[in-house]
Amino acid sequence: MDAQVETATRELSYAQAIQEAMAIAMERDERVFLMGEDIGVYGGAFQVTGDLVERFGPERVMDTPISELGGAGVAVGAAVTGMRPIFEFQFSDFATLAMEQIVNQAAKMRYMLGGAVSVPVVMRFPAGSGTGAAAQHSQSLEAWLGHVPGLKVIQPSTPHDVKGMLLAAIEDPDPVMIYEHKLLYKMKGEVPEGYYTVPIGKAAVRREGADLTIVATSIMVHKSLDAAKQLAEEGIDVEVIDLRSIRPMDRQTIIDSVCKTSRLMCVYEGVKTLGVGAEISAMIAESEAFDYLDAPVVRLGGAETPIPYNPELEKATVPQVDGIVKAARDLVTGAR
Amino acid sequence: MAVEVILPKVDMDMSTGRISSWLVEEGATVKKGDLLFEIETDKAAMEIDSPAAGIVRNITGKEGIDIPVGQVVAWIYEEGEAVADAPASAPAETAAEAPAKAEAPAPVEAAAPVAAAPAATAEASSGVRASPLARRLAKEAGLDLSAIAGSGPKGRIVKADVEAAGKDGGAKAAVAAAPAEAASAAASAPQAMSDDQVLKLFEEGSYELIPHDSMRKTIARRLVEAKSTIPHFYLTLDCEIDALLALRKQLNDAAPKVKAGDGEKPAYKLSVNDMVIKAHAKALAMVPDANVSWTENAMVKHKNADVGVAVSIPGGLITPIVRRADEKTLSAISNEMKDLAARARSRKLKTEEFQGGNTAVSNLGMFGIKDFAAVINPPHATILAVGAGEQRAVVKDGEVKVATVMSVTLSTDHRAVDGALGAELLAAFKQVIENPMAMLV
Repeated sequence: MDAQVETATRELSYAQAIQEAMAIAMERDERVFLMGEDIGVYGGAFQVTGDLVERFGPERVMDTPISELGGAGVAVGAAVTGMRPIFEFQFSDFATLAMEQIVNQAAKMRYMLGGAVSVPVVMRFPAGSGTGAAAQHSQSLEAWLGHVPGLKVIQPSTPHDVKGMLLAAIEDPDPVMIYEHKLLYKMKGEVPEGYYTVPIGKAAVRREGADLTIVATSIMVHKSLDAAKQLAEEGIDVEVIDLRSIRPMDRQTIIDSVCKTSRLMCVYEGVKTLGVGAEISAMIAESEAFDYLDAPVVRLGGAETPIPYNPELEKATVPQVDGIVKAARDLVTGAR
Repeated sequence: MAVEVILPKVDMDMSTGRISSWLVEEGATVKKGDLLFEIETDKAAMEIDSPAAGIVRNITGKEGIDIPVGQVVAWIYEEGEAVADAPASAPAETAAEAPAKAEAPAPVEAAAPVAAAPAATAEASSGVRASPLARRLAKEAGLDLSAIAGSGPKGRIVKADVEAAGKDGGAKAAVAAAPAEAASAAASAPQAMSDDQVLKLFEEGSYELIPHDSMRKTIARRLVEAKSTIPHFYLTLDCEIDALLALRKQLNDAAPKVKAGDGEKPAYKLSVNDMVIKAHAKALAMVPDANVSWTENAMVKHKNADVGVAVSIPGGLITPIVRRADEKTLSAISNEMKDLAARARSRKLKTEEFQGGNTAVSNLGMFGIKDFAAVINPPHATILAVGAGEQRAVVKDGEVKVATVMSVTLSTDHRAVDGALGAELLAAFKQVIENPMAMLV
C-alpha cells in the first residue's frame, strides 16, 4: 500500500481529492499557499479550489492577474524564500507563457547556485482533450517539461493517487509539475481520509497480464483497462502499467513487465512523435528487455494535428478504447 | 487486403529454395489451394498452392534463383482491390540482388579478378527476420534461425516458432554454428580459398563452371558441419560372408512368383546390402547403448533401429531411412529399399523419408572398394561403411584357407559412443552377418 497512514476511505472525485490534499497541506504547514487565476471566490476554472478561500482566506488562496509568467515568477520566488506555493494554471496549454520561470528558473536554480537553494514549488496543469475546448485549451504537453532535468513531472490517474502524489509533491524539495486530465476531475474513487503520500517516480501495475504490456499515462490508463477487459474475453491477457510519473520514470517496472510479456504498447494522449511513448520505446530498446521482445514496440499516441473543435474529430485525434483493443489484438496475434 | 505468398519451408533443413517454375501467370485468378508454383528444395521438388482466393499480382519470386525462406514471392489480391505499386520493400530488394547473384558464377565474370563483391552477398541467412526474443532463444538452444520457418508477419520468426523447432529437434543442424565460429576465430584455422583464388589457378577457357544446385550445397554444408564438429573415430573388422551368400541364394531361389505386367517375377530379390541393413539394425538392438544421438544437454537414446541407407543419385546422394529395420523381414526391407531408391533417383521422396534415423549404411562394395571410412550424418552417432565381398586367404587353425571376406568400418561419434562400445556394436554386427540365420528369427 502506498498510504503511509491507514485510515478509512470514502468516495471522492479527482477534483475533490486535490482540494482535500491542498487543505490538509495548508493545515499541516503554514508555508503552503495557493496561487492562480480565479481560484479564490470563483473557485477555479474547474472548481478544484472551490471554497478553500473561505476556509483559509485570500492571503493563502490568492487570485493572480492574467499573467502566467508573472504568477509563476512569484511562485518560484516564494519557493526560493522557503514558502511552499501551489500554482494553478487554468489550462496546461498556458505553460508556454511561463516557460522562462519553469524551465530556466525553477528547474535550474538549485544547480546554478551550487545547491544553496531549492525550489519547492508545485504547479498544477489541467490538461488534455475531450471537453470541446479546441486547439489552444486541449493539449497534452507534459513531454515538453519531461525533457527538463531539475523538474519532476507527474500524471496521477486516480483520486487516490492525485491526493497522495500532490501531498508528496508539496513535501518534495524540488519543483513538481502535476498534469491533471480535465476529464478525470469528475471521476470518482476511494480516497483515504487524512494525510498520506504516494511516491513520485514509481509506476503502478494496475492489471497483471501475460501477453502484452501496456504502459499508459493519465486517462489512457482507464481506457487501457477497459480495453484489457474486452481483450480478456478474447483470451488476450494484458498487463496495464500506470506510469504515474514521466520524470523520474520508473524504468524497472516497465522492463520487468516487458521481460515477462515480450510485447510492449505505449498509450498516451500527447502527440505520438517525440512523446512519452517514444521515450519508453527507446528506453526498452536500450534495456535488457530488448532480448525479450517478440514483436515490435507499438505507440498509440495523439494524432499529428492540433486538437479539433468538432467533437467527433476531437475524439478521433486521441487513442480510444476500440483503437487500443485493435492495436493490442494485432500485436498479440502477430498481425504486426 | 492482399495476401502475401511466401516461399515456404518445406524441408526442415531449408534456408533458401528455388522456384523451378510458376504454374500461374501475373493476373491469373486462383482459388485457395490452386497450385501456384513448383519449388525445388535441397532434396525434392514440391508444388505449392495458393493461401487465398483472388488475383495473382506482383510476382517477384523469379524462377531459378535462390530465395530465402519466408520471402514474399507474390501477392493475392481480392477482386477489384487496388494494386499497390510496391507492396513491400523486401521483394524489390531481393529481386534486384538475386539476378546479380545468379550471374556471379558465369565464366566471363570469373575471369576478371574483381568479382569478390558478388561472392560476399551469397550468404543469405544473416538476413533472417526474427524477433529479438526468438534470436536469443535460438542462440541459447543452439538452433539455426535460417532453418526455422517464421509464422509472424512477413515470415518473422517469433518465440513460438523457436520453441516448436526446439521440440522437433529439427533445426539442431546449427549446433555446428557455435563451434565453427570458435574454430574460425582461432588464428591457426585455415581459411578456404575464395572462388577467385581457385579460378586463377586455371587457364581461362580450360574449364566450365557448373553452378551448384541446392542438393550440392546441402551436401557441402552438412558434411563440413559433420566433419568439423563431430569427433570421428573409426573401427574396422573383416567379416566372412560365405554363409550369408549361401543363405541369400537359398532365399532368392525360394522366392515365390508374383504377377507383374504380362509375366511373373519373384516376390523379392535380396541383395547383400539388404542383409547388411538388417544385420546392422539387429546389432543396434543388441547393443542399445550405441543406439544414441548426441545433443548438448542429453544423450538421446533411441528405442527403434532406423537405418539410413546412402543412395547415389545423379548429382549427389540421399539417405532414405528404413524404419525399425530390426523388426522387418528381409523381403520387406528389400522391397522397401527398391521403392525408396527409385523414388530417391526421381527426387520424389518425402522429407520424413530421409530425415532422422539412428544410424546409416554406406556401401561401395559394388565398385570393388575394399575398405573406406564414411562421414557421420547428424544426428546419427554411427555410420557403417561396407566394402566389397572378395575372396581372400585367411588363416584358420594354422592353415591358409579361402573365404569370402567383407571389410566394414564403423565411423563413430566419440561424444556419444566410446571406443569399447563402438567395438561391441561392430562385434554384434559381425556376429549376425557371419551367422545369418539369426536374421530370420
